[in-house]
Formats: sequence, C-alpha cells, structure tokens
Amino acid sequence: MARSRPARRLAADAGLLVVALAFVLPLAWVLLSSVDPRAGLRVRVPDGLTTANFRAVLTPDITYTPLLNSLILCGGATALTVVCAALAAYPLSRFRSRFNRPFLLAILFATSLPITAIMVPVYALFVRVNLIDTFEGTILFFAASQLPFAIWLMKNFMDGVPRELEEAAWTDGASAAQSLMRIVLPLMGPGVAVVTVFSFVMMWGNFFVPFMLLLSPDRMPASVSINDFFGNRGAVAYGQLAAFSVLYSTPVILLYVLVSRRLGGGFALGGAVKG
Amino acid sequence: MTLWQRESGPETAVPAPGGPPGAERAARRTRARSLPLIRVLPLSPAVVLLLLFLAGPIAYCVFIAFTDLQLTGQAHSSFVGFANFTRAFRDDAFLNAVWLTLVFTVLSSLVGQNTLGLALAALMKRASKPVRTVTGGIVVTAWVLPEVVAGFLLYAFFRREGTLNAILDWLHLPRENWLFTLPILAVSFANVWRGTAFSMLVYSAALDGIPGEITEAAEVDGAGGWRRMWHVTLPMIRRSIGTNLMLNTLQTLSVFGLIWVMTRGGPGGRSQTLPLFMYEQAFQNSMIGYGTAVALLLLVVGSLFSVVYLRLLRTEV
Repeated sequence: MARSRPARRLAADAGLLVVALAFVLPLAWVLLSSVDPRAGLRVRVPDGLTTANFRAVLTPDITYTPLLNSLILCGGATALTVVCAALAAYPLSRFRSRFNRPFLLAILFATSLPITAIMVPVYALFVRVNLIDTFEGTILFFAASQLPFAIWLMKNFMDGVPRELEEAAWTDGASAAQSLMRIVLPLMGPGVAVVTVFSFVMMWGNFFVPFMLLLSPDRMPASVSINDFFGNRGAVAYGQLAAFSVLYSTPVILLYVLVSRRLGGGFALGGAVKG
Repeated sequence: MTLWQRESGPETAVPAPGGPPGAERAARRTRARSLPLIRVLPLSPAVVLLLLFLAGPIAYCVFIAFTDLQLTGQAHSSFVGFANFTRAFRDDAFLNAVWLTLVFTVLSSLVGQNTLGLALAALMKRASKPVRTVTGGIVVTAWVLPEVVAGFLLYAFFRREGTLNAILDWLHLPRENWLFTLPILAVSFANVWRGTAFSMLVYSAALDGIPGEITEAAEVDGAGGWRRMWHVTLPMIRRSIGTNLMLNTLQTLSVFGLIWVMTRGGPGGRSQTLPLFMYEQAFQNSMIGYGTAVALLLLVVGSLFSVVYLRLLRTEV
C-alpha cells in the first residue's frame, strides 16, 4: 500500500518548493538588484536600499518614451485585433455556412505558424511598400499576427452566449449589428477581456516584430530599447537594468493577475487547447 | 516584381479563404434567411488584414526564397531556382543551426517543459494549498514576463559572476562559464524556465478532468504511485500530451529574443538556432534571399507540425 496521505502531501510540498526555489532565483535577482545601490550579477541581499536606480532610469529617454511607444503600438494593435476578431467571430458563431469549417481550420492552422520565420520577408515587403519604420505598419502587422488566435478565442466565447436572447432582440426589430453590440458582446464581457488582455500581453512582450520593423531609436518600444543598457552606455549598470525591467514588466503582470483572478488559472487555455 | 507582389495577396487565399463574391454565394445558399451581406461584411476587415499582412508575406517568402535578393545596393534580383536551398545543405553553418535547433527543441520543449510541467501538475494535485499557490504564482510569473526581460534574468543567472556559480561555490562544486562552454544548454534551461508554466496549466486542467473514482479504484487495486501514473493517468490524458507537445515545439521553434539577449547565437555560433541563423544571413550578411530560404524551411517544418496539431484536435472534438 502506498504511503499515508500526510506523508505524501509533505513529499509533494517538498518537491514543489524545490522547483519554486529554482524558479524564484532569477526573479529575486531583478527585484533585489533594482533597489541595490551596488547591484551585480548575482542574487544578494542589498546592504542598503536605494531608489537611485529607479530615479536614474525614470527619464524621458530611457523610460517614458519607450513605454509610451509600447503603449501606442500594443494599444493600437490590440484595439484593432479585438474589433476585427469580434466582427469576424459573429458570423462564424451565429450563421451556419459551408465556409465556416474550412475558415476555422485555416485560422487554427495560422495560430500555430512560427511568425518568427516570416519576419525577413515582412521586412523586405515593408521596405517596398514604405511601411518600414512606421507605427501604422507595425500595428497592422501585430494585429494580423495576433488575429487568428483572437478570432478563435472570441468565436469560442461567443458560442457560449445563448442564441435565444438574441432572437428575442431580433423580433423586437434589432439589427444584427445592434444585437452584437447591445446583447452578445456585453454578455461575453469576460471573454472580450481575456482576448484583449491576452493580445496586449503577447504584443507587449514581443521583441522580434518591432526589432525588425522599426528603425529609429525614438520609435522603439521598451522591448527593444532595453537592449541599450548593453553597449551604448559603456559599463552595464545592472541596478538600472533591473529597475527598468521591473517598470517594464509590471503592467503585464498586473493585467494577468487581474484577468486570472476573475477567470481562474489557465484562463486562456480553455478556449485555446480544447477545440 | 511589383506586379507579382500586388497579385500575390488574392492568390494566396488558400490559407485564409474569405467569402466568395456575393452573387455566387447567394446562389449556393440553401437556407436564405438573412442578407448574405451580413454574413460576409463582418468578416472582411479580418480577412483583409490576414491576406495583406499574413498570407501576403508568406507568399512573398516563397517567392524571394528562390531569388538572390540582397539588402543593399542591388537594382534587380534574379530568379536562382533552388540555388539557395542546395547552398544551405552544403553550408556547415546551416547544418550546425539545424542540429542546434534540434537539441534546443528536444532538450527544452520535449524533455524540459513537458516533463517538468507534468510533474508540477501532478504534485500540485497532492500538495497543500499555500505551497501550490506560491509555486504556481512563481512559475506563471516567469511565463508572463516579457521575453527580453526573461533573457536578461537568465543571462545574469548563468554568467560567470552570476547566481548559478555562486550556488556552485557554496556547494563546493566546480564553477563553469556556462554561457561560454555550454551556451546551448544555458539557453535550453532558460526556455524551460520561461515556458514550463504553459505545460503546467495544460496538464493541471487535464488531470482535473480525470474522474476521482478511476484513480481511487486503481489505488484500491494496489497500484502504487508510479504504476498509477503510467497505466491510468498518462493514457487518460494522452490527447493533452499530444496537443501540449505540438504547441510547445512550435513555440520553441520560433524562439528568437531569449537567445538573442543571452548569447546573440554565440560564441562562435554554438547557440545559433535557425531563427538566429536566418537573421544573421539576411541582415548581417545582407543576403535576404538566402535568409528567406532558411525561413521558408522553418515555415514548412512549422506547417507540418501545425497540420499534425489540427489532426489531433479533430479526433478530440
């Protein structure tokens, strides 16, 4: 017979804590170094707390402009993604058509394509059509690359809204557009929130797309500008790098916590992994 | 070429078929209740975006992979047939990148993220709530962090003066300059650190889906922990395993930022996976055509995995 329950629980706890300890070390480094006046590369308890690192990076050049650029890029692209996905999901969820299945299969196929692989041709294409180094071009590409997954999620959430409610609105004379805006979308509020947050978080952390499609330093989002801590500024100030990392990462972590609190742990996965 | 490029959008309607023209569609419709416009119009912004910015580049990728397009100072590019591909298979640096991509994928995705994710999910079923919450929170935080930040954190961890060597010193074990001697191992561990949460969440959901009676019945029959895992649990979640492996592998194939930040693919190309090789050829060596040919190979491999993934889902739905 297997060991008793308390013993098994203790073993499981111990196993998890070992993994947690290994995973927490890099996170501890960034948090401790950001307030350490003499931060190096290893985890250590600072001998004094300082806000000097944060004060040093909180300048327009280092923090405000890149974060604003990130916000414009990811905010714009997220808005575009969510609007297009909501519109596209509506007929896919509500009307039967022989095109739905192939369309959805194509969408699902596209969700798992390695976007990294097409960045070289996208660069070449953008040079040709003069979209290189523009916010518009990058926003449009971001939106297109996130769209397959957003449509897929949105359609699955929309399927959960009962048709009867909508049919009632139709008999009251509401148009399809009105019933989408007034009935379906409000009822799937959590679903829309998931798609929005997920798209935003994915783009906020994306390095390769802006790295390839933007050229001017003053247009770079935080994901690219963070590399300036190496190279341009001589000796690497690890404390400042850590402080910047904290500032740059906090928004997405807060967003994730906000959404997962409301919808439970693997929030986006229910729609993503199951068909 | 400009002409070709303009035409390339509509021609590639295969990956993302939109609605056909209204008239044709109306004729095909069997149950005509609402206007066809209402069915096609909402799809159009998404379809246009996907055609122009996703299908278009893929078609363009197929095209320039067969040319000698270069980054600068070249008026015309010409069609070179399969030259880029034959060249790739004779190029030691390319073969090295293929090998490293394989090592990176097998180590970090198949072995690392997948096994560790399953182990964490299985342990979490038994652990006490506070431990579960804390561990889950830490592992998921590593996943939510922006890719570049994760790269810097693990760069600091593996550097000669970094945390890992500090721990080894403390344990009186020999220290190592990880990013120099075993760069591919370091970036693989970095990818495990960053990506395990996904597998953990998938497997947690899958394990929650197993009815309690089944594991209890096995327990009553005297099956110990490992045997229960092997003969009962794993067969019951095999579809989740398939899906998870597929998505992990696709994700790992396209990792760029993490490796770029940690090693730039070096030293001496010893952590240069295919995405980094592609980037170097296209931009540092200015050979867009060659770089794109490599990209196309990556895309084909990705598509194959993607098709397998669709198959897996089809049996599940």
